Amino acid sequence: MPNKKMAIIATKGTLDWAYPPFILASTAAALGYEVQIFCTFYGLQLLKKKLKLSVSPLGNPGMPMPMGMDKWFPIIFTALPGMQMIMTAMMKAKMKKKGIASVEELRSICIEADVKLIACQMTVDLFDFKNSDLLDDIDYAGAATFLEFAGDTDINLYI
Amino acid sequence: MTEFNQKLDATGLNCPLPILKAKKQLNSLTSGEILYIVATDSGSAKDFDAFCKQTGHALLDSNEADGKYHFYIQKA
Repeated sequence: MPNKKMAIIATKGTLDWAYPPFILASTAAALGYEVQIFCTFYGLQLLKKKLKLSVSPLGNPGMPMPMGMDKWFPIIFTALPGMQMIMTAMMKAKMKKKGIASVEELRSICIEADVKLIACQMTVDLFDFKNSDLLDDIDYAGAATFLEFAGDTDINLYI
Repeated sequence: MTEFNQKLDATGLNCPLPILKAKKQLNSLTSGEILYIVATDSGSAKDFDAFCKQTGHALLDSNEADGKYHFYIQKA
């Protein structure tokens, strides 16, 4: 039986949105899928050598907060300096307590399992990222390269 | 059922770690050998069933006792 294939476009660069691509890619690889993740725009943050991902309560009404703060805490205060750092630290602590893998751990598992990570060359240029900021073993490519693989896959996701 | 070749303690781990660790450990077994997994993730029962269906490994037994989930997987 030929391997199934999955292609993911990762466009988000926050802690919460880093999970879906890496969870699905690592699990699919464990199931024998050939997987590629094409990272574009803010999704390029997922390819940084040193991940610095945050989660923001600002403009995120669906985010549960401690003590039911999401119900009564005035939205304007979520913009206060330090709020993002505090919420990120709290989210990471909660994830650890619940036995949820870190993004770093999931990414390593993906790399070990030969998930192909691709940086969108256009957005690398746009943001003036240096290749040395990003992981060493990744490809740089454009839309046509992604579509060549994606056109022949079983699952295609835009995240 | 008590006989197995290797054991994986996946207690306290959440999705998808039990599956990923099981897959990794299955790589070190030979065909026909049995991996015993114990987990606490309540989604693991459905996930291991789906994992085995898609990979061809045999899920010999899957049960829950005292809030823990026990799986016996025979490598294909």
